[in-house]
Amino acid sequence: MNRGVFRVESAEGWALRPALGGKDREPAVDIVVARKLIKDYNGLRAVDSVDFSISRGECFGFLGPNGAGKTTVLRMISCFMPPTAGSVSVFGLETAGRPSEIKSRIGVMPQDNNLDPDLSVIENLIVYGRYFDIRKKDSLRLARVLLEFVELQDKAAVQIDQLSGGMKHRLLLARSLMNNPEILILDEPTTGLDPHSRRAVWDKLNHLKKKDTTLLLTTHYMEEAEKLCDRVAIMDSGKIVTIDSPSHLMELHGGNLEDVYLKLTGRSLAD
Amino acid sequence: MRIKRAFRVWQRHWLVYTKLYKTSFALNFAEPALYLVAMGLGLGSFVKDIHGQPYIKYIAPGIVASSSVFAAVYECTYGTYIRMTFQKTFDAILVTPVNLDDLIAGELIWGATKSVIFGITIAIVIALFGLVESPLIILVIPCIFLGGLIFAELSIIFCAIVPGIDSFSYFYTLFMTPLFLFSGIFFPLDSMPRLVADLAFFTPLYHLVIVCRAFTSGSVMNALGSIVWLSVVVVVLAPFPFKLMRKRIIV
Repeated sequence: MNRGVFRVESAEGWALRPALGGKDREPAVDIVVARKLIKDYNGLRAVDSVDFSISRGECFGFLGPNGAGKTTVLRMISCFMPPTAGSVSVFGLETAGRPSEIKSRIGVMPQDNNLDPDLSVIENLIVYGRYFDIRKKDSLRLARVLLEFVELQDKAAVQIDQLSGGMKHRLLLARSLMNNPEILILDEPTTGLDPHSRRAVWDKLNHLKKKDTTLLLTTHYMEEAEKLCDRVAIMDSGKIVTIDSPSHLMELHGGNLEDVYLKLTGRSLAD
Repeated sequence: MRIKRAFRVWQRHWLVYTKLYKTSFALNFAEPALYLVAMGLGLGSFVKDIHGQPYIKYIAPGIVASSSVFAAVYECTYGTYIRMTFQKTFDAILVTPVNLDDLIAGELIWGATKSVIFGITIAIVIALFGLVESPLIILVIPCIFLGGLIFAELSIIFCAIVPGIDSFSYFYTLFMTPLFLFSGIFFPLDSMPRLVADLAFFTPLYHLVIVCRAFTSGSVMNALGSIVWLSVVVVVLAPFPFKLMRKRIIV
């Protein structure tokens, strides 16, 4: 691991951490492991005994309609919610045991905008960096590079309420990268975005993928899963129906992922 | 809980406050000055001296105490609640290494800090009115921090149990207003039925008023009992904001 190695000279040359290539590449390690993971709340079983493991450098998608339990799984991985039963470990650490240590190494891009409306664009990044104990000098430099990465460099001094929806999304992405995360968790990263902004987010995520950042995302867009994910877990009513690569699933069940979903669950994703 | 991580939360609030204070700072002076003029000079001209002091001089230390605790209460009721719900600031912070206990500690210490900021401001105002007799008033600062902490704790406890933001009017009407009126700010409680004074002994603002009054006049010994009372209550209340917030937020 090359924690804390920022190459922040320019957005073009920017890398979360040096890309690992050839013989230097670490063997595939399970970076997130869930065993018989269960979450009950409001009298419902939101996540029903799921098992999965995610390798370092992989882009893993949770695919399913609203209420399938995707967000709840991500919340348990990001130590936001404790499991009711079963376990989930990240970097080999149980989420229940050392949440701060896990959280210092992951980035989370939430589904809803929770940018700080009392702060400007750049202050949002600096203050966020402080929660990770990033020194001011470093965080200022990093914030500028990240703003360039998400094409908001001209908006640094602007208040949050003056940003468009797409810009807020991009700023959320930049913020989630402030701590140079090894795992980036994205809850419906492009929901509610216009096609242009959606493509812009995909570009950024593909860029991160090339730099060996592990990506975990939820989505109900087939196109998104097909474009980004190495493997997808298809979820329905709190259970994982199957885990496979999008291409293999389409080979097995024909058509596109939409058809696969319909075939596996008997329901369309729009339900 | 790690104090450093709590401090990160405090720093966030301090940044927001210092950004806005230029526009709101004058208001900090305005409200207590209005009370002093209206009650002290207006009402005071019809009121005989209390304990050998002109009325305005009698109420001035109480205004320092009440303004400071109200600052913590506003911050940790509406302020905290808005950050927790509408702004989702808590959600954003909780996915960083800052855990819920750190976050709540940050909120509490910030609330107490707001008390100190307001307390000092009002102390300057009453000094300018010529109502401070002793330089010992400077010692009131740590006591205001204690008082602020108690009210921050109570506010966050309430924050953790309310169903919605409208419920705060109960806290203000049924708790804060009676305290404001019956803590010996505007009249000595020995003029009231014995029960009122007995009840007041169990409320925090009453003790902070005693402390502020003692230090303003330089009679430190009168404050000792109340300082002990405030310190004990800070500790006794401390677990509850954390427990109840965990119950509310961690589902």
